[in-house]
Amino acid sequence: MSATTDLHAIAMRPRDESARRARGRRRHLVDQAVRLFCLIATAIGVFFLASILVTLIWRGAPAIDLTVFITDFRPTTYGEPDAEKGGLLHAILGSFVQAGMGVAVGTPIGILVGTYLSEYARQTALGNAVRFVSDVLLSAPSILVGLFIYQLVVLPMGGFSGIAGGLALSIIVIPVVVRTTEDMLTLIPNTLREAVVALGAPKWKMITLVAYRAALSGMVTGILLAFARIAGETAPLLLTSFGNNVVTWDMSKAMASLPVTIYQQANSGFPDLIQIAWAGALMITTGVLLVNIIARTLLRKRI
Amino acid sequence: MPNGSASHIVKSYEEDLKRLREMIARMGGLAERQVADAADALIRRDTRLASEVVTRDKLLDDMEREVEQFCVRLLALRQPMAQDLRLIIACMKISQDLERIGDYARNGAKRAIVVSEQPILGSLNGFERMAELVQENLKGAIDALVEDDHAKADEVWANDAPIDGIYNGIFREMLTFMMEDPRNITAATHLLFIAKNMERIGDHATNIAERVHFAVLGTPLTEDRPKADISASAVVNPPS
Amino acid sequence: MNSETQGDIAPQAAATGSFGGMQVRSDAVLNTDIRISIRNLDFFYGAALPKALKGINLDFPNRQVTGLIGPSGCGKSTLLRVMNRMYSLYPGQRAEGAVLMDGVNLIDPSVDINELRSKVGMVFQKPTPFPMTIYENIAFGVRLHEKLSKSEMDQRVEWALSRAAIWGEVKDRLQANAMSLSGGQQQRLCIARTIAVRPEVILFDEPTSALDPISTLKIEELIDELKRDFTIAIVTHNMQQAARCADQVAFFYLGELIEVAPAAEMFTAPRQRKTQEYITGRFG
Repeated sequence: MSATTDLHAIAMRPRDESARRARGRRRHLVDQAVRLFCLIATAIGVFFLASILVTLIWRGAPAIDLTVFITDFRPTTYGEPDAEKGGLLHAILGSFVQAGMGVAVGTPIGILVGTYLSEYARQTALGNAVRFVSDVLLSAPSILVGLFIYQLVVLPMGGFSGIAGGLALSIIVIPVVVRTTEDMLTLIPNTLREAVVALGAPKWKMITLVAYRAALSGMVTGILLAFARIAGETAPLLLTSFGNNVVTWDMSKAMASLPVTIYQQANSGFPDLIQIAWAGALMITTGVLLVNIIARTLLRKRI
Repeated sequence: MPNGSASHIVKSYEEDLKRLREMIARMGGLAERQVADAADALIRRDTRLASEVVTRDKLLDDMEREVEQFCVRLLALRQPMAQDLRLIIACMKISQDLERIGDYARNGAKRAIVVSEQPILGSLNGFERMAELVQENLKGAIDALVEDDHAKADEVWANDAPIDGIYNGIFREMLTFMMEDPRNITAATHLLFIAKNMERIGDHATNIAERVHFAVLGTPLTEDRPKADISASAVVNPPS
Repeated sequence: MNSETQGDIAPQAAATGSFGGMQVRSDAVLNTDIRISIRNLDFFYGAALPKALKGINLDFPNRQVTGLIGPSGCGKSTLLRVMNRMYSLYPGQRAEGAVLMDGVNLIDPSVDINELRSKVGMVFQKPTPFPMTIYENIAFGVRLHEKLSKSEMDQRVEWALSRAAIWGEVKDRLQANAMSLSGGQQQRLCIARTIAVRPEVILFDEPTSALDPISTLKIEELIDELKRDFTIAIVTHNMQQAARCADQVAFFYLGELIEVAPAAEMFTAPRQRKTQEYITGRFG
C-alpha cells in the first residue's frame, strides 16, 4: 500500500514552474531552428527545379512555332538562311506510336500480374518472389532493357524497328502498372470482397465486376503515370528503334522518338538544330507535366 | 387509446404494450363484475350467484400471475424507458390491486351466503349505493389507464369520500342493530365486514387511480387525498 | 407435436393462458420445424491454432430469429461465417462436422458454394455498397443466378427495396451512385441486395453496430418483418439487441455453446450460471 502511495506522491509532486518555462523556451527555439533548416532545404531543392524549368522555357519557347509541329527533319539551315526549317513531327508521332504500343502491351500484363499478387498471392512464396522481381525491374537501368530487346528482337529481325522500341517501353511499363494495380486492389477492404462473394459470385467475377470498378481511377492513374514515364525514356529506344528522319507509320522499320531526336539534334552542333532540340525538350516536359497533373487529379477525386 | 405520441418504431413492441393494456382491461372488467355480482348476491339473497363469485376468483388470481410474468418478460426483453417503463410497473401493481379487489369480493360473497340464511336485517340500501359508487370508481380508474387519461384518474382519486361516508353510516347502523337485539349480531357482524371490504375495494380503486396518474404524468400524487372515514373513532351509546 | 403447426408462421396458442387474444413475441414459443441444423461442428483457423468452435450442436427454427451472443472471441461470428462457407476465401481455415439444410451438409465440398450462398445470404457489420448505381447494386446479385428480362428485373429491384423499407427513399434516384446514401440507408441497401437473391436464410453479422440508435431500431423492425419469410440468424455483441430481436438466443463462450433457450427464458431465468453471469454483466 505505501509503495503505491509513495509513487503517487512522487508523481503528483507540485510542479516547478520556472524550470518548466525555461524548458519550454528551449524547446521552442529548437523547434524554430529545425523549421528554418527545413525551409532552407526546400528552397535549395525548389531553386534547382525552378532553374531547370526556367532554362527550358527560356531556351525552348522561342523555338516553338507551327513548323516544329508539322514538319519532319530538315538538314540544318546553317549557311542557307532560306532553306526550309525542320521540325519534330516525325519524333512526336514516333513517340506517340511507340509509347502507345508500350502501354497497350504492358498494361494488360501489368494488370493481370498485379491482380494475381493482390488477390491470389498476398502471402505466398511465389507472390513474394514476383513482387520482388517487379520492384527490381521498376528501377532497373533502362539501357539494360534496351540491350535485352536488342538481343531478342532487333538482331533476329535484322534491324531497328518501332516494334522493338514499343516492346522495350512495354517492359518498362509493366512493373509500374503492377505496382499501382496491386496497391489499389490491396486498398479495397476485405469486407467489400466478402460482400460480393456472399451473394454467390465466383472469385473472378468479384474481381472483374467489382474490385476493378472500385480500383478503377487508381489503376488509370497508374497507367497514365507509366505513359508519362516512358514518354521520356531515351536509352532503350537508342538500341531498339534508333531513330528516323521521316514520318513513318511502318513499325517494322526504325522509328523516331522525341528523346532520341533531341539527343541527335543536340549533338549535331548546329545552333538551329539545337534550338529545335530545346523545343522538343520543352514539349516533353510540358507533356509529362500535364499527364502527371491529370493523373493526380483523378487520384484525388477517387479519395 | 394512448395519448397523441407516435407509435414505436418496432411494431411488435407496440403490440406488446397494447396487449398489456388489454390484459389489465380484461382483468379490471372481471373484477368489476365480481364486485357487482357480490353486491347483487347480498341484496337479492342469491346464494347461487354468491358461490359463482367464490369460484370465479381463481381466474383473477391466474390473471394476476400472468400479468406479472408478462411484465417481467417485457422488462427483460424490451428495456423500456420513460412512459413505457412507468406503464409496465404500474400495470404490475394494478394487477395486484385488482387481485386484492377480487379477494374482497370473494370474501363478501362468502359472507353474503351466511347473511342470506339469517333473518333480513335493515334495507341494505347503503350497500347497493356503495357498490354502485365503488364500481364506478373502479371502471373510471381502468378506463383512465387504457386511455392514458390522467384527468379521469384524478377524478377517481378525489372521489373516495362519498364511499367513506356511506361506510360510516353503515357502521353506526350495524352497531345499533347489534345493541337492539343480540340475535342480530351474526348478521350484523358479517354485514360490517362486507361493508369494510367494499370500503377497502374503494381504496384500492383509488390506489389504481394514483398509479395511473404516475404512469401518465411521471410525478406521484403526494397530496393527502380527501378521506372521510371516521369509523375508527365512532362511538355509539346504548339507549339508556 | 401438433402437425398443423408444421411450417406455420404463428406459434402455438398455449402461452396466452387465461387471456386469449393476440400472440406476441414475448410469449416465447419456438417453431418446431428446423431450417438449419448444426451437428458437432468444429472449426480451425489454422492447423497450429486451437479449435475456434468445439462440437457445436444448434438448431435454427424456421422463420424465426436466432440470436447469437457472447463475449469477444467466443466464436459466434465464426459460426455464422461457417454457415455460408465464408472461410473458403482464406486458405488454412477449415470446418468439420455438419451444417444440415434439407438433409444436405452445406460444408461438404461437393455442395456448390455459389448455390449455397444464393440460399444463405449474409449482411455484414459495415455497410458495403458496391461502386455502382443503386439499381445495379441490387441487380448484380440477381444476375449471378437468374436471367431476368428488363421488366422482371425492375420488379425484382422494386420488391427487394420495398421489403428492405427503403423503396420510398430511393425510388426517384435509382441511377444515383449508391455511395451517396447515408449509413442507415446503405445498410438497408445491403439488406435489399441480399434479399433480392431470394435466399431462405439470412445471416446478420452485427448489422447495426456501425449505426445510430434510430437507424438501429429501424433495422430491428425490418428484421421483425423479414422473419415472416426468411429464417434469420443474428450475431450481436449487444445483448439488449438480442433481447429485443431474437426468438431464440444461443450463448457462446470460448468456442462452446453454453446455453440455448427462447429469449424470454434466457433473459429472465437462464439455466447455466455462466449465462447468468454474462447477462447480468458480471463478466465478459
